[in-house]
Amino acid sequence: MGSSSITQYLLPVLVVLPLGGALLIQLLKKVSKLISDIIANFILVVLVVLVFSLLNNPVLVYKVGGWMPVKGIPVGIYLVLDGLSLLLLIIINMIGLISLIFSISYMNKFTNKPLYYTLFLLMITGMNGVVLSGDLFNIYVFLEVAAIASYSLVAFGTEADELEASFKYQVMGTVASAFILLGIIIIYSITGTLNLADIGRVLKDKATETPLILTGILFLVGFGLKGAMMPFHAWLPDAHPSAPAPISAMLSGVLIKAIGIYVLVRIMFNVIGVTPIFSNMMLYISAISMTAGVFLAFAQWDFKRLLAYHSISQMGYVMLGIWLMTPLGILGGLFHMLNHSVFKSLLFLNSGAVVYGTGSRQLKRLGGLNQKMPVTGGTSLIASMSIAGLPPFNGFWSKLIIIMACIQSHHFFLAALAVLVSIMTLVSFLKVQRYAFFGELKQASKDIKEVPFAMCFSMILLAFLCTTMGVLLFPGAKELFIDPAVNVLLNGKGYISLVLSR
Amino acid sequence: MKGMTEIVKTISRLLAGLIFFYGIYIVVFGHLTPGGGFAGGIVISGAFILLIIANGIDEEKINRVREKAGFLESSGIFLFWVISTIGLCMGTFFFLNFLGKGKPLNIFSAGTVPLCNIAIGIEVSAALCSIVIAFMLVKKGDKK
Repeated sequence: MGSSSITQYLLPVLVVLPLGGALLIQLLKKVSKLISDIIANFILVVLVVLVFSLLNNPVLVYKVGGWMPVKGIPVGIYLVLDGLSLLLLIIINMIGLISLIFSISYMNKFTNKPLYYTLFLLMITGMNGVVLSGDLFNIYVFLEVAAIASYSLVAFGTEADELEASFKYQVMGTVASAFILLGIIIIYSITGTLNLADIGRVLKDKATETPLILTGILFLVGFGLKGAMMPFHAWLPDAHPSAPAPISAMLSGVLIKAIGIYVLVRIMFNVIGVTPIFSNMMLYISAISMTAGVFLAFAQWDFKRLLAYHSISQMGYVMLGIWLMTPLGILGGLFHMLNHSVFKSLLFLNSGAVVYGTGSRQLKRLGGLNQKMPVTGGTSLIASMSIAGLPPFNGFWSKLIIIMACIQSHHFFLAALAVLVSIMTLVSFLKVQRYAFFGELKQASKDIKEVPFAMCFSMILLAFLCTTMGVLLFPGAKELFIDPAVNVLLNGKGYISLVLSR
Repeated sequence: MKGMTEIVKTISRLLAGLIFFYGIYIVVFGHLTPGGGFAGGIVISGAFILLIIANGIDEEKINRVREKAGFLESSGIFLFWVISTIGLCMGTFFFLNFLGKGKPLNIFSAGTVPLCNIAIGIEVSAALCSIVIAFMLVKKGDKK
């Protein structure tokens, strides 16, 4: 055991700490107006430090409540930290912290800021729980914690269209949860266990193909709805723009990855096993998401709605990479997931800054904002070039790897499609730049000012990450951040014995 | 909201205390008999809801009740959180039962379980009250 026996006690802290903070804010909100800002940001700083201190560890397993396995069969809930979970934890907590810094100034427009922070921390709790948990039903519970917090956050402005978007999101989210729960029930009825590793172990000995196909489809629909893959995407363009900007950044940058793509990939790669039919189906779904998302984004004149459609398209890239199932493809997919969380949250924060400054997010009513809001304009230019995949920025490297992986595995059509979608993305963001930030300043926005320091700070921080994250591909950084995550997926069902032996 | 007739008011005043104490009994004996924090909390909130509906409540008072219910709700979960975290802070496991288990079927037994029941009881009763109050408030504003 040695040092790992101490480190593993840090795993529940990642879930417990934001939960406690959320409650503490509600208890202390009367004391001072600043106290909710301080508690929320402090907790996220601690979480980020904690997550980075967990880098470079072997697989850690924490048994909740101290329920030790009996004769090698797990009886309690496991929390499992491996490379893939860690990559997601980095995304969740880093983007969470930056969005919270942005919220300090931005959320002053809204009433009941403490409630916002409480819901925000509950969402972080849920997502940290989802990526850490090694138990199928536990994943479902945390998934609902994160999802319910996000339903209320989407409706936080309490305008009519926001409530409608939230209602739509709730209905679709509940349908998704029903599918996921049905899948879990079928798996439980076959295996009699809910622990992910133990499910894999039992399934190895049984020849049960047909029910597994059914669960695969149920999970595909459920997590496809949660992760807004193309045929199931309809709620996303309403829900994501309706939320306050930092929440849009969290939803688009983090939530659809953590409770959509991550869980599907984890269950399929590490537990059930991927059949060629399933991976081919996922390749087509991702190609459709990628292409249709960008075409739909093309026609939008609402800044945030356009970004929401691009989320669908970029998630297509992530899935395309991962479901190629080659080492290079998985590397590209996971790296694009990390990059997308950075540039998409930056773009949503930009849109928030534009709304904060001008009060409008219709591109046709904006124009020439670069003269008045240089920080917002500059950072949004960096983010736009990053999402379009122009060379020095992070989006370029991950898209390049994905396209190379497509060619390597002889999917020439998909490679061409990925290039085409990238060009379309560039065109679409040239439109944003042209109408919002360049061009003539409109009469209505003559006396606007740059946004406050906290908002500028978080945008500059993300822009800095956009410019420099290409270095993560260099030897040294690559072994620390991305390779462990790639190895988890390449290892496939090796996950089972790795977890059960701890 | 207007109250009901004098008969209903008198009977509900008599009953509310009984219901309240019955709820507390269910919470406190949760680890020995059927019931527990959730069931008992619902019974406790029933007493308050009965009083509110029978006697009526004015707008100023309902906001005060809502704030207090919100505070109690958070403090209930927070108490639960503290109980479960103490185990973690002692260097062992989350939700560790760190108190002595005592003799079975005694009221002071089962370690932290009765404490958790009390915390859940506070939380559930306050939460159910605030849900009912929220419905009352919605009914007021729906003519917009």
